[in-house]
Amino acid sequence: MKIVRIGAAQGFYGDALEPAIVSAKRGDIQYLAFDCLAELTMAILAKDQAKDPNKGYTRDITPAMQYLLPIAKDKGFKMLTNAGGINPEGALQEVLRIANKLGLHGLRVAVVTGDNLMGRLDELQESVLTLEDLETGEKLGTVKDRLMFANAYLGAQPIVEALKQGADVVITGRTTDTAQFLAPLIYEFGWSQEDWNELAQGILMGHLMECSGQSTGGNFSGCWWELKDLDLIGYPIAEVREDGSFVLTKPEETGGLVSVDTVKEQMLYEIHDPTAYVTPDVIADFTTATLEDIGPDRVLVRGATGKHRPDSLKVVMGYENGYMGQAMVGYSWPDALRKARAAEEIIRKQLQRRGWEYEEVHAEYLGFNSLHGPTVEEPQEELNEVYLRMTVRAKTREDADRFGRLFPYLALNGPPSLGGSFGTLTSRQLLGMWSTLIPREMVEREIKIRIEEVSV
Amino acid sequence: MALVQLRDISQVRAGDKGNTVNIALFAPSDELYRIFLREVTPEKVKAHFRGWIEGEVIRYEVPNLMALNFVCRRALNGGGSSSIRMDNLGKCFGTNLQRMMIEVGGK
Repeated sequence: MKIVRIGAAQGFYGDALEPAIVSAKRGDIQYLAFDCLAELTMAILAKDQAKDPNKGYTRDITPAMQYLLPIAKDKGFKMLTNAGGINPEGALQEVLRIANKLGLHGLRVAVVTGDNLMGRLDELQESVLTLEDLETGEKLGTVKDRLMFANAYLGAQPIVEALKQGADVVITGRTTDTAQFLAPLIYEFGWSQEDWNELAQGILMGHLMECSGQSTGGNFSGCWWELKDLDLIGYPIAEVREDGSFVLTKPEETGGLVSVDTVKEQMLYEIHDPTAYVTPDVIADFTTATLEDIGPDRVLVRGATGKHRPDSLKVVMGYENGYMGQAMVGYSWPDALRKARAAEEIIRKQLQRRGWEYEEVHAEYLGFNSLHGPTVEEPQEELNEVYLRMTVRAKTREDADRFGRLFPYLALNGPPSLGGSFGTLTSRQLLGMWSTLIPREMVEREIKIRIEEVSV
Repeated sequence: MALVQLRDISQVRAGDKGNTVNIALFAPSDELYRIFLREVTPEKVKAHFRGWIEGEVIRYEVPNLMALNFVCRRALNGGGSSSIRMDNLGKCFGTNLQRMMIEVGGK
């Protein structure tokens, strides 16, 4: 029976590379798939490219390819990544540069473009698309002049096409998190675009793999303290059969755990309606699937079902949305929380006195409510220390920057025992996200696949 | 009847999508899943997160995983890249839900 072995290499921009190297060397894999892009990542890459037009792809593609390309050549596996981000062509050039340096002649690197809609928004709007936001229903006009990026989520098909054309490495921009994982299955098993149940299983596999360590023990909320060697966590590997059923596992002698309990948490991660997980390739129903422990670090997954893929694709745009100014000061026992509260009051009065107005002024107390907000009650026992963190939402960077300047005075003029002052934390640009749907045909007709071969 | 904190009888995972947070709550047995269905209603979750979640809370049932999935709108101060909160990606909403006390046993 034919089995395709796929390894997960990366769950976000900045993820650890070592577990991917372990899977590459010892995982007996045919494909290594990366998911590098979150909404926040697109924003980071857009800011990157605004500073340098050659950038805009994830910079960790450089060390990843330096380590993994020679292993891939030796072991004969292919790599699929959406590291291209805002600038897939830039990522292609970087991979070619590395492959050249390593002397990997004959390596075929494909790039998929067409997801980036920044240059096409006027044309799209002329087609009577209002591009209204899915969350608020507002029309795009209100933020269009502040847009930093606009990308459609592509599915697996262009990656499949690149594999058919003989690519060893496929680089894309904004493909869905699952596309890199599903594509090899369509290519290897020859699934049609209407094999909905098989495609749904492929999407479920991709969803369990896309966050790397999050299905092998990372972020596990059960008996997390019992997990072994999280410092040497193994990234997931899927052994997929032609009917789409698969075993989720990880390389031997790595840390973490693959069990029904670790896997099921990832199954609902960032999912809304579990009966209708919408992707460009299929609408998947995860409520028909079963998970079964069939051995140490081996979970059998089967039974997800699929419905006809949607006629539209999701587009996510990011727009400039002001700046966050921030500052932090710590206070020690006794009365730590009371001191921190007094400091907040002083800052608020100073803001009023100076007439500095902000759209929002937010205060939270580290060690008490900074992660759970107003839903928590004040602790009964006295805290050993409390940090006051204050943030503001400002229209300009200047306004955000000057907020922090109020804090150093607290060291001498405020409540006693202030330590660890971060009055001058750098301001951060805020980006609003705008999600919309557009007819898939309008995106798909512009998709291009190009392969470059590393020559002698 | 006994009051039990969800922390002792559940698994959770939370994540963000725009300004929406989803919290998956997992029961360890069919019996407790049925109790979660009765006790952890979207209304109670919305009330539990007062001042933190501004929009509606929708509950999806996932019996094959003995899980409930709570989709919480306008929960993240604008969304991950726009929020000025410490937990700007909403990763701690799951543990927050685990503070909830529920009645276990039949009624």
